[in-house]
Amino acid sequence: MTDKTVTEQDIAASASRSQWWDVWGQFRTHRGAMIGAFVFLLIVFGIVLGPWLWSTDATYIDIRAKNARAITSCFSQDWGMIWTCLSDPTSMKAETGLKVYWSHPLGTDQLGRDNLARVIKGGQVSLAVGVTAMLLALFVGTLVGVMAGFFKKLDGILMRLTDLFLALPLLPLLLVMFMLFRDALNSSFGPEMGAFILMVSAIGITSWMPTARIVRGDVLAIKEREFVLAARSIGTTNSKMIMRHVLPNVMSPIMVSATLGIANAIITESALSFLGLGFPPDFPTWGRLLYDSTDFLVSYPERVIYPGLAISLTVLSVNYIGDGLRDALDPRIRGR
Amino acid sequence: MLNFIIRRSGISVLTLFFISFVIFMLLALAPGDPTASLPLSIPAEVKAQIRESLGLGQNPLVRFVKWFYAFFWVEPMYTIEQLTGLNTYGDQQRIISFQSRSPVMDIVWQRIPQTLWVVGLGYVVGTLIALPIGIISAYRQYSWFDQLGTFISMVGFSVPTFFTGVLLIVIFSVNLGWFPSIYDTTLVVDSWANFVKQAKQMVLPVSVLALYNAAQISRFMRASMLDNLNQDYVRTARAKGLGEKAVVLVHVLRNSMIPVVTVIALGVPQVFGGAIITEQVFKVNGLGQLLITAIQANDIPMVQTLTVIFAVLIILFNLIADVLYGVLDPRIRYD
Amino acid sequence: MNFKATLLGAAAAFAMAPAAMAERGADGHVNIIYWQAPSGMNPYLSGGTKELEAASLVIEPLARYNEEGTMVPWLAESVPTVENGGVSEDLTSITWTLKEGLLWSDGTPVTSEDVRFSWQYCTAEGGGCAQGEKYNDVTDVEIIDDRTVTVHFGVSKPFPYGPFVGAQAPIIQAAQFADCLGAKAPECTDANFQPIGTGPFTVTEFRSNDVVSLAANENYRDASKPAFATVTLKGGGSATDAGRAVLATGEFDYAWNLQLAPDVLAEMASAGKGTVVSSFGTLVERIMVNMTDVSADLGERRGTADNAHPFLSDINVRQALSMAIDRDLLVEIGYGTAGRPTCNVLPAPAIYKSTANDACLVQDIAAANALLDEAGWEMGSDGVRAKDGVRLSMLYQTSTNAVRQDFQALIKQWWAEIGVETELRNIDASVFFGGDPASNDTFQKFFADVEMYANNFDGTDPESYMANWECSQAPRPETQWQGNNMPRFCSEEYDALVAEMATTGDLNERARLAKAMNDMLMQEYVIIPLVDRGRVSAHANTLGGVILNTWDSELWNAADWHRVDG
Repeated sequence: MTDKTVTEQDIAASASRSQWWDVWGQFRTHRGAMIGAFVFLLIVFGIVLGPWLWSTDATYIDIRAKNARAITSCFSQDWGMIWTCLSDPTSMKAETGLKVYWSHPLGTDQLGRDNLARVIKGGQVSLAVGVTAMLLALFVGTLVGVMAGFFKKLDGILMRLTDLFLALPLLPLLLVMFMLFRDALNSSFGPEMGAFILMVSAIGITSWMPTARIVRGDVLAIKEREFVLAARSIGTTNSKMIMRHVLPNVMSPIMVSATLGIANAIITESALSFLGLGFPPDFPTWGRLLYDSTDFLVSYPERVIYPGLAISLTVLSVNYIGDGLRDALDPRIRGR
Repeated sequence: MLNFIIRRSGISVLTLFFISFVIFMLLALAPGDPTASLPLSIPAEVKAQIRESLGLGQNPLVRFVKWFYAFFWVEPMYTIEQLTGLNTYGDQQRIISFQSRSPVMDIVWQRIPQTLWVVGLGYVVGTLIALPIGIISAYRQYSWFDQLGTFISMVGFSVPTFFTGVLLIVIFSVNLGWFPSIYDTTLVVDSWANFVKQAKQMVLPVSVLALYNAAQISRFMRASMLDNLNQDYVRTARAKGLGEKAVVLVHVLRNSMIPVVTVIALGVPQVFGGAIITEQVFKVNGLGQLLITAIQANDIPMVQTLTVIFAVLIILFNLIADVLYGVLDPRIRYD
Repeated sequence: MNFKATLLGAAAAFAMAPAAMAERGADGHVNIIYWQAPSGMNPYLSGGTKELEAASLVIEPLARYNEEGTMVPWLAESVPTVENGGVSEDLTSITWTLKEGLLWSDGTPVTSEDVRFSWQYCTAEGGGCAQGEKYNDVTDVEIIDDRTVTVHFGVSKPFPYGPFVGAQAPIIQAAQFADCLGAKAPECTDANFQPIGTGPFTVTEFRSNDVVSLAANENYRDASKPAFATVTLKGGGSATDAGRAVLATGEFDYAWNLQLAPDVLAEMASAGKGTVVSSFGTLVERIMVNMTDVSADLGERRGTADNAHPFLSDINVRQALSMAIDRDLLVEIGYGTAGRPTCNVLPAPAIYKSTANDACLVQDIAAANALLDEAGWEMGSDGVRAKDGVRLSMLYQTSTNAVRQDFQALIKQWWAEIGVETELRNIDASVFFGGDPASNDTFQKFFADVEMYANNFDGTDPESYMANWECSQAPRPETQWQGNNMPRFCSEEYDALVAEMATTGDLNERARLAKAMNDMLMQEYVIIPLVDRGRVSAHANTLGGVILNTWDSELWNAADWHRVDG
């Protein structure tokens, strides 16, 4: 990694960034993580740049085109028909009753809204909510877990607080939150941003508890390890101890929580929106799309497949990134 | 250790009082009305009278005290009377559901068998699958087994149960006709034929739940095993000539169990809480369905009672988890 | 009992008995699924539709409505009228006579004491009877002899068929409920779950919010009925699951209230195992237009008649909103054969149906735009019309329901085409339809510009339904936000019509009044009717005798149900 002719400046620079550079170096060698990161970035670019590439409005109703099939359903036709179907899809309606359009490559829903546009638009919301809520839950969970595990005095009170939050019934809690804060947030941030803030905090504050319990359990064990004792004996402060010795050693459960948390947040969002506790009803999200299409599973499987695939791919890619990060952050593996 | 358990139990009781109060206030504050599900043709005056007869006119604090007394004194006494025949209960007011106007605890007892059968079995099966998958995946990291396990568990977790449930019904009930799509809660297993029936109707919901639970637990198991496989003590154990089996299954596994025990302990109360969506999809009508219909109908006594029962279980199992930490890693001490 | 019933069912199944017509219990077992599970079997205590319908298998009224909405005698010998002398000339009393030889399922005779008791039970202090309205103005139920009672009203009742008529007001056994009056009603769990009745079935096991097991009533008045020995009434799940269980897998014989997208139903029915049946009643999906200003700055007086709505108080805007809607398309998307477009808030019975408003059946966006142009609402650069700084921007709320959300999306687009901007909101039904004055999301408080839901009335008489839009019915802080006049419509002329109807006995005259009220509401465009919604249910092809009835319980003729070769 180091050149043969090193100047003093280079040494200084590499010393300050060497740890993160090492992490990146290790991360790069992890094939799964690199593929995961690539897919994740692809999804992010897709939903961010998608509206420019695919300009159809996700809420525009083209009622004549309702219940159109995805263009891939051409391949279910006879051999001879496939080419006709792909080159002139509108002619298929008269001949075989198959309703396909190039203007709606993934088909349309029961009102004639374009599925591709809805998956793209839905991704923006789902991914934003999923990632933000997951980070919030992770932050709160890790904070509470580390504090409770590390400081004996805080343990009792923090864990009883965790018990309380675990016991609270989710739905009434959310109803109360919405009753108290919705109007205030809507008036200061507008309905969509207001809903986003409420949703993220609602999911965040109702899903940090497992992370907290898991992290605390690990911290309790790590605290008694020899290296912590060694570090303490040379006078390491508590904050340094947590940052340098405890946190890196509880990374793996945190990474798993992150992966599971993002899936959980996307699904919870759909349940909340469905109940009217989230975004306006005409606002597509992946979870909503999946939920609304479950009734149409038999007749229009593509309506279920694409949002389902989007969620699964996101979760899978985050999982592999998490795996790679965990390996990269572990000095024992990195050293090898 | 005993000292710790006694002290924690004392604190737990106090916590429980506090939690029940918070839940009650939350429910009292939440918008909603038990008469909302009645037809609109019933006039508002009649609805007001119904609310009055449900005791909703009283101060929430009075209602809380009444509920508290009924839950922590009358109901246990009633149960004792039912079990022993002693006259401990007298004729005091039990907790009455707003929906059915009958004692809440009777319905809860009615729901426990199917919840434990379906949700409980789903959890047990899920855990039994998850542990070996997690262990093998970690031991043979990045092998095809690990990759496949990762893939299946991630898909299993990211696809919600409302979808997998319906998918299984469409395949196995509608198209193949192998299993029923509706769970018969009145079925009594008293013969071989009925046992087969019971097994058949449990296959689909149990598989959905097992897949979901296995996905979660196996990930934690794998991650934790991976952490420990690289520790110095593993090298030491191997260097001392211990068999690979002993190293992995005794030393590594034991040290890796802490997060897994936490996750399982968090999951067990949820078994009693039922699996709301899976129960709805398969019409199992267990405790989860009871809770969600009670919430939708604003049946406050029912919701309150169920959530406090869950709170008891949550506190209990978290206590068990804490005790188990000490067993798994004797260095963890609480005194 | 349970064991015996099971035996009976098993025996019947073995016998097969294809031609064994008219023998009680000959057809074995029938499975019914209600995706909302009944929580009790006493309609006086739990007034929900699911409880009413489940209870109608067991307990019955003196008279009920048939599938055409005509009243037919049930436990009574005939329906009393002024013509046959059963109703007094001054309309203050009605005399019913029970059929001869009626027995309760426990073998004891049904007497007029039971009829009187049913009234006492529902009107007892502190009982919170859900059907109290049926017994409004009843001063006494006089026992003439064992089989005859006279109901006395405190006022003249042009329509005296409230008490003891329809699934809402059945006769319960005095002996069983004697100790359950008033505040003690909830203590009688056994009676509330297993009422002794006169109906074709009796409850053998009741699991609240889950499943009801029933067996044929051995003392049912027709010795050859019911054809089924046992019934399972399962609850829970969703409408989709229920439809699938009858139409696609054939596990169940009858599914109730399948409000599903037409394509989904058609796809399920294509399996050929069952039949979808539908029938129309008085249920109308409608949009209520708020005539009052709901902006939050008004504080306490928000949503009251003190402040008129900034733009919806202009009739041209309201009319344009109605004209922009394509009701045919709404029906096609949401209800299929189970819906039809309507321009009336009172769509049935036929005698009350007005034809004066049918122009609304045709969507006319151009005319709506012209109307708004003429009224001075100018199209802005953002595609939203405005006048004097007031933009046509609205909040449109409804309860959570897949079809309603589709309607919202469609209507939002049509309104956008006439320059009206719409924000959509859906609210959980338990909050939206709840009367909690602390919540701002109830349909009574109506802190939105327009809202959509469906409503109907019990039975066939629209008097109390049309009285919903009196001035005094407007929800406001003084009434704890209770009341049925959601648009806060207020007209002296309308109130006069309501008062007139309350004292008019002649049916044709009543019909004229009801139509006039309907037309007034429609032409003021304070209510925008959308779809006349039918009831959709499904039965297996092997189940015969199903006659869907929207005027009473769907299970009203379960005694006649039987097996046929599917």
